[in-house]
Amino acid sequence: MMDSFIHFLLHRFFVTGDPMIYGADASIALASIGIVVVVTYLKKWKWLWKEWLTSVDHKKIGIMYIIAALLMLFRGGVDALMMRTQLALPNMHFLTSEHYNQVFTTHGTIMIIFVAMPFIFGLMNIAVPLQIGARDVAFPFLNALSFWLFFFGAMLFNISFVIGGSPDAGWSSYAPYAELSMNPGVGQNYYLVGVQIAGIGSLASGINFLVTILKMRAPGMTLFKMPMFTWSILITSVIIIFAFPAFTVALALMSIDRLFGAHFFTIASGGSPMLWANLFWFWGHPEVYIVLLPVFGVFSEVIATFSHKTLFGYAVMVWSMVAISIIGFVTWLHHFFTMGNTAEVNAFFSISTAIIAIPTGVKIFNWLFTMNKGRIEFSTAMLWALAFIPNFTIGGVTGVMLALAPADYQYHNSYFLVAHFHSVLIAGPVFGIFCGLYYWWPKMFGYMLNERQGKLAFWVFMISFNICFMPMYIVGLLGMTRRMYTYPAGMGWTPFNFIETIGAFGMGAGFLIIAYNIVWSTLKGKRDTTGDPWNGRTLEWSIPSPAPEYNFATIPTVSARDAFAVAKTQEDQENKKERQLFQPIHMPNNSGIPIIMSLFMFIAGFGLVWEWYWMVIPGAIGIVVCMIVRSFQYNDHHIISIEEIERTERAAGRLS
Amino acid sequence: MKAIRMKFLAVLMPLALLLGGCQNNTSVLNPQGPVAREQFHLIVWSLIMMSVVLAIVLIIFIYVLVRFGRKNSKGYDPSDTGNKKLEIVWLLVPVIICVLLLVPAVKTLFVLDHSPKATTTAPQTVHGKSLTIDVTSAQWKWFFRYPGQKIETVNYVVIPAGTPVKFRLHAYDAMNTFWVPALGGMQYTMTDMPMQLWLQADKPGNYPGRSGNYSGRGFVDMTFNVLAKSNTEFDSWVSGVKANQPALTMQKYKRLLKPDVIKGTLTFSDYPKQIEKNLNQAQMDGEDHANMKNMKNMNSMKGMNMNSNEKGGDSQ
Repeated sequence: MMDSFIHFLLHRFFVTGDPMIYGADASIALASIGIVVVVTYLKKWKWLWKEWLTSVDHKKIGIMYIIAALLMLFRGGVDALMMRTQLALPNMHFLTSEHYNQVFTTHGTIMIIFVAMPFIFGLMNIAVPLQIGARDVAFPFLNALSFWLFFFGAMLFNISFVIGGSPDAGWSSYAPYAELSMNPGVGQNYYLVGVQIAGIGSLASGINFLVTILKMRAPGMTLFKMPMFTWSILITSVIIIFAFPAFTVALALMSIDRLFGAHFFTIASGGSPMLWANLFWFWGHPEVYIVLLPVFGVFSEVIATFSHKTLFGYAVMVWSMVAISIIGFVTWLHHFFTMGNTAEVNAFFSISTAIIAIPTGVKIFNWLFTMNKGRIEFSTAMLWALAFIPNFTIGGVTGVMLALAPADYQYHNSYFLVAHFHSVLIAGPVFGIFCGLYYWWPKMFGYMLNERQGKLAFWVFMISFNICFMPMYIVGLLGMTRRMYTYPAGMGWTPFNFIETIGAFGMGAGFLIIAYNIVWSTLKGKRDTTGDPWNGRTLEWSIPSPAPEYNFATIPTVSARDAFAVAKTQEDQENKKERQLFQPIHMPNNSGIPIIMSLFMFIAGFGLVWEWYWMVIPGAIGIVVCMIVRSFQYNDHHIISIEEIERTERAAGRLS
Repeated sequence: MKAIRMKFLAVLMPLALLLGGCQNNTSVLNPQGPVAREQFHLIVWSLIMMSVVLAIVLIIFIYVLVRFGRKNSKGYDPSDTGNKKLEIVWLLVPVIICVLLLVPAVKTLFVLDHSPKATTTAPQTVHGKSLTIDVTSAQWKWFFRYPGQKIETVNYVVIPAGTPVKFRLHAYDAMNTFWVPALGGMQYTMTDMPMQLWLQADKPGNYPGRSGNYSGRGFVDMTFNVLAKSNTEFDSWVSGVKANQPALTMQKYKRLLKPDVIKGTLTFSDYPKQIEKNLNQAQMDGEDHANMKNMKNMNSMKGMNMNSNEKGGDSQ
């Protein structure tokens, strides 16, 4: 009995035999112990629980999203560097085939679902309520629950590489390879359950922000007076609501296949592997726009701010995003032009895909013409936005090349494709996230990130990005396919691969400089005492940095686009006097239920992964109990008194 | 001056490497058959159009930055917030470019649906205008079956140059894609749907192919060679195989299907009739199961209903 238990622990439960994994085990243990020791030493447990873990404040949730996303970016980046090391030269033995397959799977899944998504959610949590003059999101409790579901989903996915083994079917997990018969073990279960838990959170966030933006805008802010970032989040929320259920269903069906022996995606008993491809990409393609449209919004804000001009062609910018979001739902098949569709079907999806280039092109020109006749200021945030334009255009035009189905037969699954989607996803979301981070950092924390270090990081990262991915276009046309763990010499691929590896490490260096910049600036960064360090144009810059709990002491009335820029030019004293007539503010209470309920979700999920139903059942009961407890909580808000508002505003220098 | 020359070299180096790559037979940029050539023309055409687009964006980008990016640049005009005419121009330009790209793309799609034009008469052993070959991917090897010639090869395929070849693609277990870059783009091999891919080689030669879709541990080794031969060489290859190679037995076939990498190639002068139906794993298991049942039936009811043996294979 004991022997078989120990055998199970050493051979199935813990991943053993690889020195790199032991290193990871040790660093996870050390980091956990380190965190516990530091928090205990500083006597911060209570503070951590009361101020952060149970917080329903959108600004704190946003910050937690961003911290988690930065950590996951580190993990996904290490995965990338391991792959690039293995591929630097032909016939390398740094990683085995099995290990490499796990690494590219976790790299893809983490970067999309646990880096890009939480970064976007982080930025929208921080900026959207402030931009529309709201005191929080529509459903603050649900917002906290979204975050903790994402967090525990990410943790569940993450522990797979030390406990039980990582999934190895690729982030797209095509059936039938991802099914039980060819892919036994718990790895793929981690993917299905971890991503599912995070996905529920994402869907809830989509609903939350749709309602927030539709119902909680400051008086006078009509839809067409909203800041462009808020517009992008409104549209993104709609995409999330329509796209995520398809993925939820797909993950659930494959879980049922694997855990309960159904055959939705295997040919036995009439299932269809291609159904998975359809469901996956019906979510997967809109997902690209879910991470892309918000950064279009970020770039719109940043380019307008640092050109000191209103955005050029505002209405067209909005309508082109609407067009992208709609067309984005009818292009999913271009991910498998090569799965035996008739010429008519491929023609339809070629056309729908290429057409997306039209609204996207319009947006590029509008950004260029926003800068035209402007006064361009090269801040770090602006550099990221500027670099986006040419780099993303390269990704965009190669996307049009891929959209032409007959040519795609030659690019499909080659490094040309790998280069394309990294061009789009790094020059888009990654540049946009860094851009938004530098732009909104003072609003989040009340101090600035150092500009000189920021610019250095930008140049290192941006140039390395091109060194890493440009050769991939060529090596793809030379016949190298994605997901190869090694390649033979003499194919003409070696020099390109070696250059790519150099670029990848350069990007790693760029990331480390950003991390250093954050630490340095936290200790020595310049304080933002004005609340408006960039001469901003939208409402978030009208309040102190960091924003007080209630955001706006009095809710502003909006009369025009770029509301704050307009207010600054008018600057009438009467308005200021009126502002001092405060009223008590009604705010939601913190709650421990989101984190506890998500923890139960984690427990139930871990049980499902291992098919331990003795663990699933208590986890599920815990979730239900949390829901019941919450439904009977009537005391869920508090009132901030006028005295306290006055005290806070005076401390921020807003009251004389 | 020296710096400029260094930059120039840095630009030229990848180009030189690229041209070097063109001569190798795994390159998309070195088409060796009508299908790959059609696709190559579309790639070049789209590359030209897209370079124009990129150039336009870069020119405006650089102009704006140089003109309005200096500390004391003149012409700041915050009231410049829109221009209907200009916006219509940059709406129409991408529309035109899309049309210019999509028309040839859709045409090519329909062309690729049909057999390419033969450049020679087909060899005698082909019995017709085109050669049909059944391709089956299995973890991690490629089977090539010649239903007209009753030949089976593993990890390489011989085709006559100048004659259109219809590849019918099947998967035994995981999905893969069948890709011979020099001869044409890829198609998936799938368990539930046979796919069709026309390819043709201009000249005799060796054209390496590989799988483009990840299928597990041995995915990297899912490579094969396409040997294009002249008509006489092809005929003599067929008769040579028929005379000198062993037949593939069901037992041997099942052994080969087990998930493992097969290094090197195999050739068989015949194959069992059941596998001509290109059974996937589930059907194969079903067939075994049905056979077992029939065996039992036969034991209990000797001499009855021998035909059911045949039908067992159709169970899906």
